Amino acid sequence: MLGDAFSEAATLILSGDPELFEILGLSIQVSLTALFFSIALGLPIGTALAISQFRGKKACVTVLNSLMGLPPVVVGLLVYLMLSRSGPLGVLGLLYTPTAMVIAQVGLITPIIGALTYQVMDDLHREYRDLFSSLKVPLAKAVPTYLWDARYSLITSVLAGFGRAISEVGAVIIVGGNIDHLTRVMTTAIALETSKGELAIALGLGIILLALALFVNALVTWVKTAGQKNAYV
Amino acid sequence: MPMSDSHNPKHSTVQVEGLSLTLGGKRLLHDLSFNTQTSGTTLIMGPNGAGKSLLLRCLHGLLEPDQGTVEFFGKPAHTQQRHQAMVFQKAVLLRRTARANLLFACQGSEARKKRIETLLSDVHLTEKADQPARLLSGGEQQRLALARALLTEPQILFLDEPTASLDPASVLIIERLIQEANERGVKTLFISHDLGQAKRLASDIVFLHKGQITEHSPADTFFTDPQSREAKAYLDGELVL
Ligand SMILES: Nc1ncnc2c1ncn2[C@@H]1O[C@H](COP(=O)(O)OP(=O)(O)O)[C@@H](O)[C@H]1O
Ligand SMILES: [Mg+2]
Repeated sequence: MLGDAFSEAATLILSGDPELFEILGLSIQVSLTALFFSIALGLPIGTALAISQFRGKKACVTVLNSLMGLPPVVVGLLVYLMLSRSGPLGVLGLLYTPTAMVIAQVGLITPIIGALTYQVMDDLHREYRDLFSSLKVPLAKAVPTYLWDARYSLITSVLAGFGRAISEVGAVIIVGGNIDHLTRVMTTAIALETSKGELAIALGLGIILLALALFVNALVTWVKTAGQKNAYV
Repeated sequence: MPMSDSHNPKHSTVQVEGLSLTLGGKRLLHDLSFNTQTSGTTLIMGPNGAGKSLLLRCLHGLLEPDQGTVEFFGKPAHTQQRHQAMVFQKAVLLRRTARANLLFACQGSEARKKRIETLLSDVHLTEKADQPARLLSGGEQQRLALARALLTEPQILFLDEPTASLDPASVLIIERLIQEANERGVKTLFISHDLGQAKRLASDIVFLHKGQITEHSPADTFFTDPQSREAKAYLDGELVL
């Protein structure tokens, strides 16, 4: 029975089953969009926090670090409350749309990218601060230098964020609703199909998700190695 | 080079008045005053934890003293920032090639860019110019850091134990470049524990002990006839507590 499911799953993948690839396509689209906005938010937040000095900085860092560990279902619930009919953003009618899933994933991975960026930038800033002050490097030049010199670690953080976004289920199932042809992504489909006993499609998607996770991890390792080779990390 | 002021006998090259520094509620530098007329190397000596690094950082403007004034060539130190450079105890190098590290310090100045190749050869790094800077040996890294400091054509150069634990060849290259800079009229303030190096480079010695200057003497008398008990004990290799 399990063997049948496996061979059926393989057939689905190899035959390019349209439903399966529709789900895969939406997953990637939602997570890449979320990643884009999370980079746009998390990178400046982490960088600004690292190179600035103000009262309450420590508290901000603590908050950011704890947000990194937010359970996806909690993020999903919060976004749900915001977007639901009676919520503050209810009028936008975004609940159960891909946009809602993007928002939830942004909420989930922005803290991850922000916190990891902060750690990298904080280390680099401690190392470069005196040199930059000695060379009178203006802020407008210091910031791009920090970003460039942290490039390997930042790419790794971004990949970690993508890996988290594409593989989480708790948030997108709450705000997306796993609606066929609309908000069904890999993880929600796997959850649903498994509960329905439709193991073939669940397995097919599981295999693809696993392959994607392996690919992202291989990319992380490759980036790290490339950086270490030149002592650029 | 716009060095005319340094040859004006009216002005001290370095003048420090009543400099005090407190960090974390602890007073670490106590009312330091000294001035020197020489354009050579003023060596700062003293036991570990005496406050040598803190003093240098105050002079270079990396730390803000609570009190006191610092003047270079008769002008307030902060107005002279463009004419200062510093080499740190551990070379701070950007994550790029050796040459790119020098290029970074050019800050768009064509005159500086033109000096890159000469400086690379001065510090014997021409062959390694395109290697990642952080893969160079300790001595090579510190030579690169010195080249970067000299690239900015400073009138005052601060060096915080730049040659501690380096290979003799690197020490020689660094010392020679410092002497050449001194001959061009560059003022250097140099922290070192190395008595041989001190004798080779210093024109005068500021001796620091527990955040206080116990003595400021010309090099030729300091080593033969130190005036303070602390300096004498330090030179004799004793522990002063
Ligand atoms: N940020 C700081 N806060 C408190 N104490 C410091 C700080 N930086 C240095 N010190 C203390 O000041 C003293 C002098 O330090 P330093 O100037 O580095 O000594 P050295 O003469 O060996 O270079 C040391 O006892 C050190 O522990
Ligand atoms: Mg020191």
